[in-house]
Amino acid sequence: MSRFFKAEITGVKLLNADFCILDIKPQGSHDTPLPGQFYMLQSISCYDPLLKRPFSIFRSTDDTLSFLFRIRGKATQILSRLNTGDVIDVIGPLGSSYPEPEGDFVAVAGGVGVASLYNLIEKYKGRAHFFYGAKTKEELVLVDNIRSLSKELTLVTQDCSCGVGGLVTDACADAICVTDSMLKGLHVYACGPNPMLKALNTRLAGKGVNCYVSLEENMACGVGACLGCVVKGINEYKRVCKEGPVFSMDEIQW
Amino acid sequence: MVNLAVNIGGLKLPNPVVTASGTFGYGQEYSEFFDIEKLGAIVVKGLSYSPRQGNPPPRLVETPAGMLNAIGLQNIGVETFIKDKLPYLRTLKLNVIANFFGDSIDEYVMAAEALTKAGGVHGLEMNISCPNKKAGWIVFGTDPAVMKDVVTAVRKATDLPLIVKLSPNVTDIGLMAKVAEDCGADAVSLINTITGMCIDINSRRSKLANVTGGLSGPAIRPIAVRMVWEVHKAVMIPIIGMGGIMTAQDALEFMIAGASAVSVGTANFINPQAVIEIISGMEDYLKEHGIANINEIIGSLKT
Repeated sequence: MSRFFKAEITGVKLLNADFCILDIKPQGSHDTPLPGQFYMLQSISCYDPLLKRPFSIFRSTDDTLSFLFRIRGKATQILSRLNTGDVIDVIGPLGSSYPEPEGDFVAVAGGVGVASLYNLIEKYKGRAHFFYGAKTKEELVLVDNIRSLSKELTLVTQDCSCGVGGLVTDACADAICVTDSMLKGLHVYACGPNPMLKALNTRLAGKGVNCYVSLEENMACGVGACLGCVVKGINEYKRVCKEGPVFSMDEIQW
Repeated sequence: MVNLAVNIGGLKLPNPVVTASGTFGYGQEYSEFFDIEKLGAIVVKGLSYSPRQGNPPPRLVETPAGMLNAIGLQNIGVETFIKDKLPYLRTLKLNVIANFFGDSIDEYVMAAEALTKAGGVHGLEMNISCPNKKAGWIVFGTDPAVMKDVVTAVRKATDLPLIVKLSPNVTDIGLMAKVAEDCGADAVSLINTITGMCIDINSRRSKLANVTGGLSGPAIRPIAVRMVWEVHKAVMIPIIGMGGIMTAQDALEFMIAGASAVSVGTANFINPQAVIEIISGMEDYLKEHGIANINEIIGSLKT
C-alpha cells in the first residue's frame, strides 16, 4: 500500500463561485484517512503550478476521498475544472489527526477551515457544538448538512449577514467560558486562518481546555523532508506536514 | 545490458543519479516510496557541527516553474546525525554522501573530521554557499580567496572523497571550480540554488520571512546546464550536475554538457519516485541509442 498513488476524478461539484468539492477514486488500495489528516494533490504533468497542494480530508468512504476547497489560485482553479475520468497524482494520508473526543465537544471553523472539521463531526455524529464563522453569509457552505451532523450549530458572520455578528472566536468563547468548571477537560477543535486561531488561544489559554488546532503553511514535500512548512513551537520549529497539521494549542508559540 | 556505473572522485556509484541535499531528508522519509538502495548515492540534508534552528516561517514560496526556499540550513547537527540517522543508513547497501557546512573554517573542519571518523559515510559534499562569520559574512563560495582557505582546510581534515558544491551566484563559475580543484577537491557539484526574491504587492513584504531565498526547479535548468558546460571546460575533476532535473531527458542534458552524475532535488517533492524513473529512463535512452556505457555520453556535447 503506497501513499503515493494515482486517482480518478469521480465528481467535481461547485457549491458556489468560490467553493468546490472534488471526489477522487484511488487506483489500487489506499490507507483510510483519520479526521484532520491531509493529502497532497496535483493535476499531472505541468510545471506551473509546480508543487502539489495540501488539502485536508473532507470526507472518505471505502473507495472515495473527497476534498472541499476554496478556489483561490491557479492550482485550485485547475483542480476545480477537472472532468470526471481525469487522473491526478496524490500523496497521503499525511500528518497527524484530531485526537478522539470525549463526550460532547466543541468545533470552531473559520471559512474553508470547515473542510477539515466536517470529517470529525461526521465521525462523531450529534456530539459537536459547532461554531461556524465566515466574513459573509455567502462564504458559509453546507450549513444544512453541518446542522444535521451537530448537536448544535451557531453561525457567525463578520458582516452580520447571517447568525451572530462578529468573530467566531468571540461567539465560541462567550458561549463556553461561562464557568471554569464547564471548560475543564472540554475538547475544542479548531481550523481556520491563523489570526482566528491566535484569537482563540488568547481566549482559551490556561483554562484547562484540551484545544486542538489544524494549521496551514506553504508546503513542498508533505513528508517531512524539506522543512519548508514549519511553524514556531514552544521550543523548536515544528513541521506542519509531519508533527502537524493538528497540534495541541499549547505546543504552538502564538 | 547497459553499464550505468560512474566514478566520482574515487566514489563508485552504481548509477549516476543521486539526491540533492535538503530535498530527501536522511533517506527514511522516502524509503516508503521506493527502494532507496537503487540510488547512485544519497546526499543527506546539510549538517553543521552544532544543530541549527533555521529561519522563521514563511520559508518557501512557489514561483513560475520553480520555488524559492529560505530554510536557513535547519539541521540536527553532526552528532545527532551520527547517533540517530547514520545507523539506519549503515544497514543499507547505499553510498552515503554527507553534505555539511559551517559559518567559520573551524566549524567546517570539525564537521568534516567528525563525519570522516564516524564510519558509514562514503563521501563529503561541502556547501560553501553560506556566509563566513569571521570575514564580514562574505559567502565562502563567492570569493576565490575565502573559498581557497576553507577548501584547503577541509581537504586536510578528511581522506574521504571531497565534493565542493558550487554557488551559481558568482561571475565566473569555471574559475571557482578551478579553485576547488587546485585545493584538492575530488569533484564539484553544481548548481546550488540561485538567490531570488518574490514580493507580495499588497503588503509590500517579501513572501519569505528571510526576504531572499534560493530558487530551484525547472526554472533554473538552462542556467545550470550552461554552468556545468563552463565548469567542464575549466576542470578535470568530475562534476555532479543539478538544477531543476525532473526527467531522464533533463538529466541526460547535464551529462552531455559534462556532468558525470546528476542530483535530483525539487523533483522529489513533486514525484517521490522521480529518481527511480530517471534511472530507468537513462537506461532506456542508452538502449535506444545503442550505447553500452553511460560514460560515453559524459561531456559529449557537439559544438
